[in-house]
Amino acid sequence: MNRLSSFNVVSLTLGFVFLYVPMLILVIYSFNASKLVTVWAGFSTKWYGELLSNEAFLDAAWVTLRVAVISSTIATILGTMAAYVLVRGGRFFGRTLFSGMIYAPLVMPEVITGLSLLLLFIGIGLDRGVFTIVLAHTTFSMCFVSVVVSSRLVSFDKSLEEAALDLGASPWDAFRLVTLPIIAPAVVSGWLLAFTLSLDDLVIASFTSGPSATTLPMKIWSSVRLGVSPEINALSSILIGLVTLGVIAASLASKQAAVRAKRDEQAAVRAV
Amino acid sequence: MRRAVLIAVPYAWLLALFLIPFAVVFKISLSDIALAIPPYTPTAKDGIWNMLSQLDFENFIFLTEDDLYWKAYVSSLQIALISTVLTLLVGYPMAYAMARAPEQWRPTLLMLVILPFWTSFLIRVYAWVGILSGEGFLNQFLMWIGIVDAPLTILNTNTAVYIGIVYTYLPFMILPIYSALDRLDGSLIEAAEDLGCSRIKAFWLVTIPLSRNGIIAGCFLVFIPALGEFVIPSLLGGSGTLMIGKVLFEEFFSNRDWPVASAVAVILLLILIIPIVLFQRNEQKQVEAEG
Repeated sequence: MNRLSSFNVVSLTLGFVFLYVPMLILVIYSFNASKLVTVWAGFSTKWYGELLSNEAFLDAAWVTLRVAVISSTIATILGTMAAYVLVRGGRFFGRTLFSGMIYAPLVMPEVITGLSLLLLFIGIGLDRGVFTIVLAHTTFSMCFVSVVVSSRLVSFDKSLEEAALDLGASPWDAFRLVTLPIIAPAVVSGWLLAFTLSLDDLVIASFTSGPSATTLPMKIWSSVRLGVSPEINALSSILIGLVTLGVIAASLASKQAAVRAKRDEQAAVRAV
Repeated sequence: MRRAVLIAVPYAWLLALFLIPFAVVFKISLSDIALAIPPYTPTAKDGIWNMLSQLDFENFIFLTEDDLYWKAYVSSLQIALISTVLTLLVGYPMAYAMARAPEQWRPTLLMLVILPFWTSFLIRVYAWVGILSGEGFLNQFLMWIGIVDAPLTILNTNTAVYIGIVYTYLPFMILPIYSALDRLDGSLIEAAEDLGCSRIKAFWLVTIPLSRNGIIAGCFLVFIPALGEFVIPSLLGGSGTLMIGKVLFEEFFSNRDWPVASAVAVILLLILIIPIVLFQRNEQKQVEAEG
């Protein structure tokens, strides 16, 4: 199937133009000297300067980062536990309900998740702030982590774990020394996914936060509702740049890991 | 013992922060509005019997009486459906071309499709505000090449919402279709062509049916979240764009009518159950077909 017709080339080109040009325009115009976003008035980095001296944005960024790190870490632990129980746990009371609760949040509209959590927090009289956003983010992102980790758990050979147990390892040691290293890439990508989802979330954070905590997406939202602003363009460019670097670094790392694994394998074959 | 802890911790977490909140929403959707804080009087005061005798469907009746909600549900379904079809029309040719691309390009092409997914959703929607506005880039470009004389009004219309949904959900459409096409045995198409099918006929009779599961999965992955979408209609749509996610958000934050907002959420959930069940059945079938 390795014949690309001109139709294929055109659809790929147009598709990627569609995907990337909007972001490219955003980045280019973040260096625009004019406050009018559609008129080019020369190169300038002043919006970056203004952004970095705007304390409201810096505070929001700090809140967002804290929420994302804490919630994605708890979500990774809970999600990995849930995946392990679902794949290896066998039958237990209420298993169907459990797997339903793992998959439902993946397709739940954010407005419903946000609304239901807010009504709960108010019902039990919990003060809303960073803590409640962390609870909310942990809840939906643990389900994503669990799906990523369980797909890895399904595909790996159970007999490796059984061998460790037969050779006298405790279940915890078998998990720590055998299972965890094998599923580690999935756990890491689960954490990254949870982290990104948390950084990105506007709707659930709007419902579950109180006046004491504003996240970056909430801050961006309140400024973009009024129209295009060059400061937001600068902020967007920084975020796009960070993500691009992260994804490229991750793909290079996984490529290198694959090369190393292949070399080890060849070395092992030669040694035999 | 250890196994029990392993099960109990995530189980309890989800019960407390996923299931119980839903019970609360259901309960409040059956309550009367009151101006106290929290702004609802619980319908259940003491005992189950009391609760059952006091249940009232006032809020649901209110929803059927007010045109706004009915129209919002219908127009959400319509917008989600049209955007899903448009996303399929844009995504299928791309996934097809990716699956036919030389082996060594594919990881890069895949990464290019996934990269926008890691970028902030809000920022990707926001990027279109500057493009679609009256003096935005699209209008400047169209007037420069002479297709139109006066700027088109695109921002704050449903067209802008379609563009926004197609743009943000395109990776969800491309990835399942690509993975279905990637597994497709090329010799089947060659066989069809050898037996006298034209290329287009072979495409319709062989490629499309064999990528059906990918198409179905992709369509649900776009349709389901698009139905409850809030950010895209609020930012790109106009005052005439009615989508249920937006109505719910505004009902809650502007009108502060919690019982009605809860009733809106309950109905949205009931509407979503159908596509979600269909989607899971499709996934199950695929897993069984592979196993």
